[in-house]
Amino acid sequence: MTPVHALVAKELRSYFVSPVVYVVGAVFLMIFGVLSYLAVVNAGAQAIRLMQMQGAAAQLNLNDLVFRPTFYSMALIVLLILPLLTMRLVAEERKLRTFELLMTSPIKLHEIIIAKFLSVYLVYLGLLALTGLVPLILSIFSSFDWNSVFTGYLAMALLGALFLATGVLASSMTENQIVAAFLSFGLLILVWLLGAFGGIIGDTPLGNTFSYVSFIEHYDRLVRGLVEAKDLMYYASGIVLMLFLAHRVVESQRWK
Amino acid sequence: MIEVLNVTKRYGELTAIDRVSFRVEKGEVLAFLGPNGAGKTTTMRILTCFMPATEGTARVAGFDCFDQPQEVKRRVGYLPETPPLYQELTVTEYLTFTGRLKGMSAKDLRNGLDRVVERLSIGDVRHRLIANLSRGYKQRVGLAQALLHDPPVLILDEPTVGLDPKQIIEIRDLIKSLAGSHTVILSTHILPEATAVCQRVVIISGGRIVAEDTPDRLSARLRRSEKISVTVKHPTADMAAQLRALTGIVGVFEQDHGTFLLESELGRDIRDDIARLIVGQGWGLLELRTIAMTLEDVFLRLTQHEEGLEAALASEGATT
Repeated sequence: MTPVHALVAKELRSYFVSPVVYVVGAVFLMIFGVLSYLAVVNAGAQAIRLMQMQGAAAQLNLNDLVFRPTFYSMALIVLLILPLLTMRLVAEERKLRTFELLMTSPIKLHEIIIAKFLSVYLVYLGLLALTGLVPLILSIFSSFDWNSVFTGYLAMALLGALFLATGVLASSMTENQIVAAFLSFGLLILVWLLGAFGGIIGDTPLGNTFSYVSFIEHYDRLVRGLVEAKDLMYYASGIVLMLFLAHRVVESQRWK
Repeated sequence: MIEVLNVTKRYGELTAIDRVSFRVEKGEVLAFLGPNGAGKTTTMRILTCFMPATEGTARVAGFDCFDQPQEVKRRVGYLPETPPLYQELTVTEYLTFTGRLKGMSAKDLRNGLDRVVERLSIGDVRHRLIANLSRGYKQRVGLAQALLHDPPVLILDEPTVGLDPKQIIEIRDLIKSLAGSHTVILSTHILPEATAVCQRVVIISGGRIVAEDTPDRLSARLRRSEKISVTVKHPTADMAAQLRALTGIVGVFEQDHGTFLLESELGRDIRDDIARLIVGQGWGLLELRTIAMTLEDVFLRLTQHEEGLEAALASEGATT
């Protein structure tokens, strides 16, 4: 077992002995369930209306009526929930002085940051996998295009990774967990709103830059089923940038 | 084994340590003695590569703390001032984690775990959560973490703080048993602790090294007296003899015409007796002041009595 494995295992253990993961996970799953249930009810109502108008059973598109709206709404929910999982990662170690143990052990700083990120990402992927029950159950009663469901999950996995990397950066900036959580909320909402600004400014270089920096556009395309290299690149470079900044923040604090 | 050369650390405007240099040979136990805020922790943090020095070089086991931190970290066991414990883990889980963090193989880890658990007598609490342990046990688990991978160099920041007298004796015996096979630096602000455990003492105060020697020779250098400087206007020939006749005076030295350096017994203030004699004799008192010597000043602050510990030592002597 390498030091990185050991740190990931320890972080996972710390997550699952504390109530945070259970509470956050329960809320996350409940919201996903309620949102998709509402979408299904809405789709049913539309089906009845269509039947009355046309007099025949219409073929409904569950991808359009259930999965896409749920994934769109989940982007905001994930933004609100994930900072609560990342806030403790570095801030708590600082506060309790256990960071001194990590920093004086033969594990490199970038390995520490990556291990911290990986551990919380595994927790998130676990939660995401549990929501897979919704399409599984729906597939018993109806048929839909699995491919665009998968790209929707890919979108959520990438968006979550970016949010979690931002959370690691925020947590490395302070000793206070509440401050860390709010820093990541602030950062993420700011980046989100850049997209809205981009839409207002329109098709100018500045507007296009804003739209590109924001994650909405990239998330959108994936949820609609379009997998493009430029969107994957956006997420990959965003995650690397956030983790790199976290590394620089911790390193610079050593010199003070 | 450890070489520190002209190391300076500044935090913004504040200079925590100022051109500190010392060496520790292989197998030696060195005490880092100084009052709180003297720069002990800062020096240790530089040696363990937790933070870089502003100037100067520090080397451990032949590796530079700045250029080859991984090599240094692999060879050092470190107990910080606050034991770095994860409250939510059990003792075994915690030690297993720290062992893996230090890159130990499964076999080494098993052996190391048994060794430190026995050595620090924490077998009873192996499966308990660290959060529920007492202060003394927590300190010992922290020490177990430092010893686990059997590093050649140990850096212990105030290892006996917060322990009861019996535990202090155990930990000191443990550190003494490490001498020869391990190189140890330990910091303390208690002089008797340094003399009890270490072969050599470095005294640090205000970020500078003020003395470095064996405990015996340092004690010899510590004069057991207080010094008072007196200046009078009209000294007479028998003045020195009359001053010497005062109770409590140990020595009288004439420094200048009319200026005398008096040494009195430690802990006894006889300034009013001196003043009364001088005024009564009509010598004309101009100045009367006590002299604080830097090294001795440091010593006075450090020479705290360990009453509880002395009692425990005495009772242990009686039972064996």
